[in-house]
Amino acid sequence: MHKYIPNTDAEKKEMMKQIGISDISELFSAIPEKLRRGDKCKIPPGMSEQELIVHMRELAMKNVSAYDLKCFLGAGTYDHFIPAAVGALTSRSEFYTAYTPYQAEISQGVLQATFEYQTMICELTGMDAANASMYDGVSATAEACAIALVSARKRNKIIVSDSVQPETREVIKTYMNGRDVVLLEIPFVDGETDYDALETAIDDNTAAVCIQSPNFFGIVEDMDRVGEMAHDNGAAMIVNTDLISLGILKPPGKAGADFVVGDAQPLGNPMAFGGPHLGYFATSGKYIRKMPGRIVGETTDNKGSIGYVLTLQAREQHIRREKATSNICSNHALNALATTIYMSLVGKEGIKEVALRCANNARYTRDMLLKTGKFKDMFNKPFFKEFVVSADTDIKMLNENLHHMGYIGGYKLDKKFPWLKGGWLVAVTEKRTKQEIDDFVKKAGDAV
Amino acid sequence: MSKLIFEISRPGRRAFDLQNTEIPQKTPAELFNNKSIRKVDARLPELSELDVVRHFTELSNRNFGVDTGFYPLGSCTMKYNPKINEKVASFEGFSELHPHQPAESVQGALELMYNLEKYLAEITGMDYISLQPSAGAQGEMAGLMVIKAYHDNRGDFARTKILCPDSAHGTNPASAAVAGFDVVQVKSNDLGMVDVEELRKLSGPDTAGLMLTNPNTLGLFEKDIIEIAKIVHDCGGLLYYDGANANAILGQTRPGDMGFDVVHLNLHKTFTTPHGGGGPGAGPIGVKERLHSFLPVPWIEKTGDKYDFNYDKPDSIGKVKSLYGNFLVLVRAYAYIRTMGKDGLRQVSENAVLNANYALSRLKEAYDVPFGDRCMHEFVISGEKQHKMGASTLSIAKRLLDYGYHPPTIYFPLIVKEAMMVEPTETESKETLDGFIDVLLKIHSEIEENPEMVNSAPHNTVVGRLDEVQAARKPVLKFDFPE
Repeated sequence: MHKYIPNTDAEKKEMMKQIGISDISELFSAIPEKLRRGDKCKIPPGMSEQELIVHMRELAMKNVSAYDLKCFLGAGTYDHFIPAAVGALTSRSEFYTAYTPYQAEISQGVLQATFEYQTMICELTGMDAANASMYDGVSATAEACAIALVSARKRNKIIVSDSVQPETREVIKTYMNGRDVVLLEIPFVDGETDYDALETAIDDNTAAVCIQSPNFFGIVEDMDRVGEMAHDNGAAMIVNTDLISLGILKPPGKAGADFVVGDAQPLGNPMAFGGPHLGYFATSGKYIRKMPGRIVGETTDNKGSIGYVLTLQAREQHIRREKATSNICSNHALNALATTIYMSLVGKEGIKEVALRCANNARYTRDMLLKTGKFKDMFNKPFFKEFVVSADTDIKMLNENLHHMGYIGGYKLDKKFPWLKGGWLVAVTEKRTKQEIDDFVKKAGDAV
Repeated sequence: MSKLIFEISRPGRRAFDLQNTEIPQKTPAELFNNKSIRKVDARLPELSELDVVRHFTELSNRNFGVDTGFYPLGSCTMKYNPKINEKVASFEGFSELHPHQPAESVQGALELMYNLEKYLAEITGMDYISLQPSAGAQGEMAGLMVIKAYHDNRGDFARTKILCPDSAHGTNPASAAVAGFDVVQVKSNDLGMVDVEELRKLSGPDTAGLMLTNPNTLGLFEKDIIEIAKIVHDCGGLLYYDGANANAILGQTRPGDMGFDVVHLNLHKTFTTPHGGGGPGAGPIGVKERLHSFLPVPWIEKTGDKYDFNYDKPDSIGKVKSLYGNFLVLVRAYAYIRTMGKDGLRQVSENAVLNANYALSRLKEAYDVPFGDRCMHEFVISGEKQHKMGASTLSIAKRLLDYGYHPPTIYFPLIVKEAMMVEPTETESKETLDGFIDVLLKIHSEIEENPEMVNSAPHNTVVGRLDEVQAARKPVLKFDFPE
């Protein structure tokens, strides 16, 4: 018998006797004969733990990771430092082997941690309420569009700036596929939303305007102006942002955002080849009962003590079925826990320090790249931890060269923006040292 | 209760240090426009590292997982999460990969995903797999969008309806609505199965497809599945398989052979990836050849010995999530399949079904069994008799907490009154099952003697029964900082 299955032959016999059968196959008699698989399964034979670990290590060694290379790549996924305590605490199996806290009395740990998470997300974003997390930043953004659309009743236009991460825009499109909606993309000028084009596009049929700040190019957008335009026309403003930036940048809630969403991977979660990350979702008071996903609330028990429960479940699919605000069931609780622990460790001062170091590192890297004479500034705007330079070279080749010299180079922009030829989106987090940056700049300059 | 982390914060404490730098540091005011700058600090806590570690360790002690004890939560397949899978998922060669690295530097990751697709295709009997969806519900949405794209692509725009049995998981109708379909409910018959005649009446030129879980949420195998598939296919519709209950059929039969066109699997159920307190999971989908071109991009392709992503698929429904899927969840599921192998996977379903039938056969002496006396990997009993005696299913669930068990799923499926849905899984031993069964029988006796004691349960937990009505009426969703 397999090591993960405890039933012994003697026990199986006893159990079959109790059930009133003489062979386990009798329990599968409802499966029509012609559908039975018999012995045809083509999965390879099982491996022992020792064999498995060798095999998995071989696969892992066919990859070269940011553990071995210096990472200057972002575009939505970032190489930030993760304190050891994050992994030590999330690997407590009382957390990671539990499921959604349906039974609140034995799930106070994850419920309280989620309540703390919701509070911290509200603090950073300046919003009234946050849910327990979602799959990732792009689906959280798409869900915000869906809720804004449903809430606006007769309005059916959603405006999305082209300076929003291309993947986010693609997933919004997918999510809006089955709905009666006009999805309008407006261009950017000099790396920033074209506010005049937005002003022209926005009208009394507009349900929401979605921007990203710092945007895909790292540039800080004029949220106040977009918020004003949206609200003057009775539309909602959705802002996708990087929570790290909110250590020093204005919370979107202060600019009148109705929904603040994004990916919280940078806070305590490894890049993990793209997942699992987590989406955070925060909103102003009037949308609380329309929020998708799990939400934790405070209450009292039968003796008056404070405790935490899943709440406002009347919004959710297991109660409302086809009338639910979203089809989402699970969240990304363990990633949200990692983010909560990260925020607790860096704390009030640390979040500012990390943000400021990223901004200074990025600024320094950009300036040094320009100094080589091989790179030009593509957009001249204040940026956070990511920026765009261009070079008269094949960026794919440049990245491959850098890879062989020990670096993960920036994102090749003309993949998604063909007119930004030679554009190179470079991200610099607090992990990069002056020495690493200087070497990277030199090698990049030499390679062009 | 534990104090909230904000209440133990002390101004000036730190648990974090940034490395030194020789790069001159500018202030936010020097870097950004004044109106872009944050003016008031976010009130994140200020603590020492030990403060943080103690706080979350204390919270973990107030949480119940599979490693703590028996967790027979029906439909959720709370089986043991092997430790080796956690270890291999933490290898830096997996966890520290940037998703946009050059393909040549991530060949191991791509090889793993490519082979996992092949294994899942073999297990489900489908032709192609997409690993992208984050969870079962997102897999459902993606799968239904594939169905929609298929019909639209043929110019058949009249297919606006998705049929769902009344016993279906709530995500099924919700996902159908999100994908832009109208939902038509199909009644179950006296045996708890899809009513075939009813299905025949409801199927027609407006049917886009039928969503079905098999075994269904009552733990019963839809024995008429061949006829069901024929009815739906004959009217031009497609069949969607909700893989939440795939643990029952591993190595025994395959949805692809039953006639399903689209499948999703929950890797966090059948394939032992941990549930994480509510996620992350993964919900890959599989399709038959004729639906292949509609799968989400990118596809993983192999040319010679090299793997790469291909985005150039004009018929694709697009992307449903960022990047390629919950990769570290995929790594764990891959490790599990390689550990179990062909024979191990078959033993999973045999023992899952044996355990469930054993528990059912013992519990029926005290609890009502609404449908049949055999089941697959899970079963549903009713607490209606106990309710009449004075204690509801909710109270029975809360009383189980006092004895150290996680209760079954309760009040689902909706078609059974006072439902308790029990899924023991194959990783539990006979003595664990006996312990749980003995307690459920004992609670029945307690209700006979003193229902009030059961109604006021739990008595031994860190908090008493929590008031959910109050929580929803006046939502308190974050800490109220003292000014």
